[in-house]
Amino acid sequence: MNALLLADLTVFTLSLLVGFEVISKVPATLHTPLMSGANAVHGVVIVGVMLLAASVTTVAGYVLVLIAAAFAAMNVTGGYVVTDRMLAMFRTRKEGRR
Amino acid sequence: MSGFDTTVHLIYLACAVCFVLGLHLMNAPASARRGNRLSAAGMTAAIVTTAAVLVHDRVIAGWAVAALVAGGVLGAVAGLITARRVEMTAMPQLVSLFNAVGGGAAALIALGDALAHSADLAGQPVRTSVTTVLDLAIGGVTLSGSLVASGKLAGMVPGRPIGVPGGRWINAVLGLAAVVLAGLFLTGHAGMAALYGIGFAALAAGVLLTLPIGGADMPVVISLLNACTGTAVAMAGFVLGSDALIIAGALVGAAGAILTKLMADAMNRPISAIIAGGYGTGDDAA
Repeated sequence: MNALLLADLTVFTLSLLVGFEVISKVPATLHTPLMSGANAVHGVVIVGVMLLAASVTTVAGYVLVLIAAAFAAMNVTGGYVVTDRMLAMFRTRKEGRR
Repeated sequence: MSGFDTTVHLIYLACAVCFVLGLHLMNAPASARRGNRLSAAGMTAAIVTTAAVLVHDRVIAGWAVAALVAGGVLGAVAGLITARRVEMTAMPQLVSLFNAVGGGAAALIALGDALAHSADLAGQPVRTSVTTVLDLAIGGVTLSGSLVASGKLAGMVPGRPIGVPGGRWINAVLGLAAVVLAGLFLTGHAGMAALYGIGFAALAAGVLLTLPIGGADMPVVISLLNACTGTAVAMAGFVLGSDALIIAGALVGAAGAILTKLMADAMNRPISAIIAGGYGTGDDAA
């Protein structure tokens, strides 16, 4: 086990613990928007696709990057936009009730 | 470490802080929208910074840039249009679709990285090889599983629980096959072929695991698959040596797991019963 793996494992474990702590008492109405928000955050995979693109040199690699980039970009843009729309509705609905 | 590298690391750190604070703000209705925007700002910074790194390093092939830009534009436009036009009632299945493509991208990173190092697969360190297998397996299951979940909510796949005869045995065989292939791959006895096998087994398992679950339980399943995608992205972070991916992926993995439990509790349904399936008629249950 080398130093790089140990450093990565440390970051991974502490991030898991932060993830467990960051969600506290969420009202049930926010469950779906929060799920959608978390879904948008793992759109960070687009950064991974960009890093991968730097190491491919074959046609198969380019095709893979093309598909992966389309997938990841759809995840990240769609994820944030749909979450924002959900939360916007949430607020107008609440204001309408007042 | 050069000044450029230091700056890049600090920006990635700031992005991670944005993701954590963003999710935290989404716990309360009043601050939720601000939280999502903070998270989006962090994401934009991460993407711009990575682009700057690619330009700075000048190692990327021209065709790779073309593939990246073409795919990125295509995906972004598709995501924007569907997210803007979707009906309010159809949002859960769209989230599931976005989750599916996210898991798919993570699985493709595992394949792509292995392809890029295919000349020396056996010489890869444990840090890369083990996580490549995990990334591919988890990403494959979430890709097909989320597509089935999305199809069930959209009515393209019947919402009722669909029992596959001997489904559990098939899953057991698929799991065993994946473990054997992973063992062969990790000990250097098999190359890319083993990875393709693991990928197909994961895709099949995702379908077989989701089909027997009723439409009424789908939101909880989507949340669970969401947590799985987060974990797959974290594994992709190990493969590529990217802290940003490890942090954000682990964050979503853990937060998604807690959220899954909260949603299951709110429905008074134990998670184990939901995964076992066979409950809920789907379309008329709500």
